[in-house]
Amino acid sequence: MRRLVADTMVIAERNLVRLPRAPDLLLAFTVQPVMFVLLFVYVFGGAIVTPGYAYEDFLIPGIIVQNIAFGGFVTALGLNEDLHKGLIDRFRSLPMARPAVLAGRTLADTVTNSLSVAILLATGLIIGFSFDASFVEIVGGLGVLLAFGYAFSWVFALLGLLVSSPEAANSLGFIAVFPLTFISSAFVPVDSMPAALQWFAEVNPFTIVVDAMRTLWLDAPGGSVWGAVAWSLAIIAVFAPLAVSRYRKAASH
Amino acid sequence: MPARGYTTEPAISVTGLKKHFGDVRALDGVDLEAAPGTVIGLLGPNGAGKTTAVRVMTTLLAPDAGTVRVAGLDVIRDAAVLRTRIGLAGQYAAVDENLTGVENLVMVGRLYGEGRARAKRRARELLERFELGDAGDRPARGYSGGMRRRLDLAAALVARPPVLFLDEPTTGLDPRSRLGMWTTIEDLVADGTTVLLTTQYLDEADRLADTIVVIDSGRVIADGTPDELKDRVGGERLVVALADARRAAAAIEALAPLSDEPPASDGDTVSLTVRGRSGTIVEAVRRLDGAGIGVADLGLRRPTLDDVFLSLTGHAAEATDDEEESR
Repeated sequence: MRRLVADTMVIAERNLVRLPRAPDLLLAFTVQPVMFVLLFVYVFGGAIVTPGYAYEDFLIPGIIVQNIAFGGFVTALGLNEDLHKGLIDRFRSLPMARPAVLAGRTLADTVTNSLSVAILLATGLIIGFSFDASFVEIVGGLGVLLAFGYAFSWVFALLGLLVSSPEAANSLGFIAVFPLTFISSAFVPVDSMPAALQWFAEVNPFTIVVDAMRTLWLDAPGGSVWGAVAWSLAIIAVFAPLAVSRYRKAASH
Repeated sequence: MPARGYTTEPAISVTGLKKHFGDVRALDGVDLEAAPGTVIGLLGPNGAGKTTAVRVMTTLLAPDAGTVRVAGLDVIRDAAVLRTRIGLAGQYAAVDENLTGVENLVMVGRLYGEGRARAKRRARELLERFELGDAGDRPARGYSGGMRRRLDLAAALVARPPVLFLDEPTTGLDPRSRLGMWTTIEDLVADGTTVLLTTQYLDEADRLADTIVVIDSGRVIADGTPDELKDRVGGERLVVALADARRAAAAIEALAPLSDEPPASDGDTVSLTVRGRSGTIVEAVRRLDGAGIGVADLGLRRPTLDDVFLSLTGHAAEATDDEEESR
């Protein structure tokens, strides 16, 4: 266990020290989410009716959840690259804790996710988002967000180990996650959708997490914080063992 | 080599190793053994099963059947301990391009359980040794192919492993980097490291390996020292360069009794396999002189491993550029 923690930290550090050296990657973490917020608020904001809330207030929790779910993309791309470059073979030939390569990656994602959330939140506050929450609720909301992001990192870890190339990881990831985020309460009220989509949106974990965030940060009715936490735990419980088992058998090229 | 009379366990011992992927028998009963402090060369064309064998011996892949022991440890039962005793440098330079040379080696050292300070000292030491001292603080992204391989090999040596696996260590390197890599490997062996080396380059195996195992389609088709393998192909070849190419037919006639096989000719060169070594040259010169045939040059050539490979597998080793010569 001590070994697992130590090795996980080494790998997490490896994935974080490269950040300042890859300006393009840093741009993806910082400028891109800000761009999305501005586009949504000022392009769609006027057309979308969100009864009871200003669109800025409605949107910010939704777009942060979407953004944090995509945060794990780095893990999918990075693991796939490691696989092709033989680094996974090297790690597997070392006497290190088996899950550490994946645990280190997902932990590094959590750090970059925190950075993204901070930037998004700052942007939101500047354009008019305001909390209707206690300090504990605000912090609790951050916890819910990071847990959900962490869970999705494991989904992406499995994806990165399964696909044949980073390009494939990219397109498959988008195909899987984009509809999930859009057919949810993240950007528009669910009751504005056609019936079939409404049904899907209501059981979609994104809706559950976004609604929980609105309950915590905007005092909106109907969200279940425990439901959101349970979804994150369930995703980790399913995908972390799958990803680790895949890693154990992973072969380069 | 271990002193005779002592029961030294082989550094690598593989018996009856089998591994299949679906219907493909990647390894179909491979046996091999390497004494401590020696180099064993695993030779074979692409897809022969070399990399699969290395993956099994380095605990990356579980065998379907057979016993594989490395450094006295079983690759399945003792995998965790074994990983502390081996180094692996694969076909690709497995370095993180975003990290500097030092950071790469420190990461590996810490994953072996070393503290940060000790890992850093070892990293500097290895970088100096591999002439990467000046580049150590630059990201590996900017390294040349040869530098990356050296960094990769340095990473494999971080924990001073007694057994080192090198999977095609010089593929894709320029001749100078290749020579450098060879010298490095020779130094390691001089220090007592056992090296298993896979290669498609016969000259590489010839220079480095104490024993060679030739595999093709997942089976061992020959093994022995480079000299033993060459002897198996047949004796040496007598090569005669004629002063006048028009006398080739006469030269063939004059030399034919020296060999069991008919001599071959190519322009002004006549060559033939000769069994008995001693006196052959003298006899050849006497016969040619007797027939009044002028000779520009004449000599015995040892068979190369290319000849060995060609005669064993029926096809030349891939990725060699002297394929023509062995025909």
